[in-house]
Amino acid sequence: MDFLIKFASEHESFRVPEIEALAIIENLDLKIKEYDRESPFCVVQLPSVDDAKKLLRRSVLAHSIHELWGTANTLDALHEVVKSQTSHLWPKYKDSSFKFVVDSFQGAHSNKERLALIDTFSYLPFDGPIRMSNPDDTFTLFEFWPFNSVPLKIQHPDSVRLGRFVATSARDIVHRYDLKKREYISTTSMDAELSLVTANIALAGPGKLFYDPFVGTGSFPIACAHFGAIGWGSDIDGRSMRGEGNKKKSLPGNFAQYGLKPQLGGFFSADLTNTPIRRRRTWDGIVCDPPYGVREGLKVLGLKNPENATWLIELGINEWESPDYVPPKKPYSFLAMLDDILAFAADTLVDNGRLAFWMPTANDEEQEIPVPTHPCLEVVVVCVQVFNKWSRRLITYRRLPDSQVSSTDLEAHEKKRLEAAAAHTGTTADDLNPFRRGYFRKFEAE
Amino acid sequence: MKVLSLNFLTCAVKACKSSSSSYPLHPQDAELVQDEIELNPDMLINVLPRLDWTALRTTSSELGFPPLPEQAPTQEELRTDEKTLRDLHHLLLETQISEGKLVCANCGHSYAVKEGIANFLLPSHLV
Repeated sequence: MDFLIKFASEHESFRVPEIEALAIIENLDLKIKEYDRESPFCVVQLPSVDDAKKLLRRSVLAHSIHELWGTANTLDALHEVVKSQTSHLWPKYKDSSFKFVVDSFQGAHSNKERLALIDTFSYLPFDGPIRMSNPDDTFTLFEFWPFNSVPLKIQHPDSVRLGRFVATSARDIVHRYDLKKREYISTTSMDAELSLVTANIALAGPGKLFYDPFVGTGSFPIACAHFGAIGWGSDIDGRSMRGEGNKKKSLPGNFAQYGLKPQLGGFFSADLTNTPIRRRRTWDGIVCDPPYGVREGLKVLGLKNPENATWLIELGINEWESPDYVPPKKPYSFLAMLDDILAFAADTLVDNGRLAFWMPTANDEEQEIPVPTHPCLEVVVVCVQVFNKWSRRLITYRRLPDSQVSSTDLEAHEKKRLEAAAAHTGTTADDLNPFRRGYFRKFEAE
Repeated sequence: MKVLSLNFLTCAVKACKSSSSSYPLHPQDAELVQDEIELNPDMLINVLPRLDWTALRTTSSELGFPPLPEQAPTQEELRTDEKTLRDLHHLLLETQISEGKLVCANCGHSYAVKEGIANFLLPSHLV
C-alpha cells in the first residue's frame, strides 16, 4: 500500500532518517518510494493502515500521513487514476461522514476555486454527510506548485495527489518541550525539536538505557525519556546539573516538570577523558552535543602547564576533599575529543546500539572537518543543519557486532589514534580547535 | 544516585582501571532515600544481562539489603518471577544514595555524593 507523508517545512535532511529510524523502532516493513528535499511530500510503501499510524506516532518532523489514492501531473489525469485504481475502496466510505480539503504547496486559491476543485470529485459515490469538523474521513487534494508560482502567475501545479487522511504525527510535543517554557536551561541547551529528532534517530525507546556525556541542562536525556528510555548524563561542570540552589531550576527539576522522574537514570560530574564509566557494553544509545569551543570552552581535567603549577598540584593533594575544591582544567583538542567519543561508544554501546552526536563544520569545502570514523562503528546517516557560513551535522553511527569488525582495522585505528593524540599538543584554544579558529575568522582563508 | 548507576561506575583514576579491587566502588556514610517508581519489567529484563551480578551482590550487602542469590536469574526466569522483579526494581531503581561517599578499594580515593549527584572530577595529581 502506498502512503503520502506530509512533512513540516523544516530540517529537510533529517526527515527521511527520522522516518527510517521510526520504522526500525516499530519494526515495520517500510520502503521509501519517492522523496525530494524541495518537496514536503514523501511517498512510502507500508503493509497496512495500522502500520502507517505506527510509523507516525512518534514522528516530530512529519505532519501527517495519508492513504495515497493517486498521483498525476494534471487534475484530469488524477481523476483517471482515481477512477481506474481506487474504485474497490469506494464502497468502504459510502456512508461515512467526510470532507474534502485542498492543500496547495507554494500555490494559492480563492475559496471559490477551491470549491470548484473539490466539486470535480463529485463522481465518488459518497452518500454520507459532509462534516467540516471531525468527519469520519478527510480527503485531501495535494498540489505541488513551482517555487514563486503566485508572483509569477503560474497557472497550474506541477503535480497533484489525492489522499485519505490516516494519522497525524507527534509534532505537538515540540511545544510541550519548548525551551521557553522549561524551568531550567542554559545558553547552549539544544532546542526541543532537534533534541526529540535526535532521540528518534538514536532509537530511544521503552526500557532502553541512554547516556549523554555532555549533559548540560539535560535536553537529550529528557527527549530520550519522553520516548520511554531511561536517561543518564554527566558533565564536567557540576553546576550545570545542580542548578542554582532552587530545586525546580536544576536538571532533575526539569525531569520533574515533565513528569519524567521514573525515567531519570542518574547524573554525575565527570570528564569523558577520565570517565568513571566502566568499559563494558552498557548503553543502547549515546547522544550528545559536545562543546565546540566557541560559546562553551572545550576543557578536560588536567593542567595546561604542569611544570609552572606545582602549587596547584599541592593544592589538589591537600584540598581535594574540601567541598569547595574545584579541580583545574585545561583546553583540549576538538578532534581528539571526537575520537575519544567514538572510542568510548565502541567500548560501551551494545550491539546495534547507536551513537548520535552533533558536530559543527565550515561550509567551505577546504575547511570542512571530516566525519570521524571508528572500525566498530558504521555511519548510519549524516544530517545537516545549515547556517550562514557553517553548519552543524548530526552524525549517527551503529555499533557493529564484534563478528563484523576487522581486528587489523582496529589495531591500525588504535595506532593512528595514539599518533594523532600526540600531534594534538597545542595549548591555546585556537590551536586545538580548527572549527573555533575558522569561526572567529568568519571562515575566511587563513 | 541509583544503585543501578553504581553498577556501571568504577574509579575514574586511569591507573585503577586494570585493578579488580577498583570495582565496585564502596558506599560510605551513605544516606539512602527511597523513591516510589512504577515497575518497568521491560527495562529490568533489558538491563539484566548488562549487570555485573557479583558487584551488585557486594553493593547490596554493603547497603544492608538481604543477600541476593549467588546466580543472576535468566531473562526468561525474571520475566515470570514477579517477586524477584519487584526486589530488583526496589534495589536498582527505587533506592538512591542522596549523600555520602563512594570509595575505591584500590587507591583509597573517595568520591563525594551530594544531593544525589556524585562528583568524579579528579584533582591534578590523579589525572
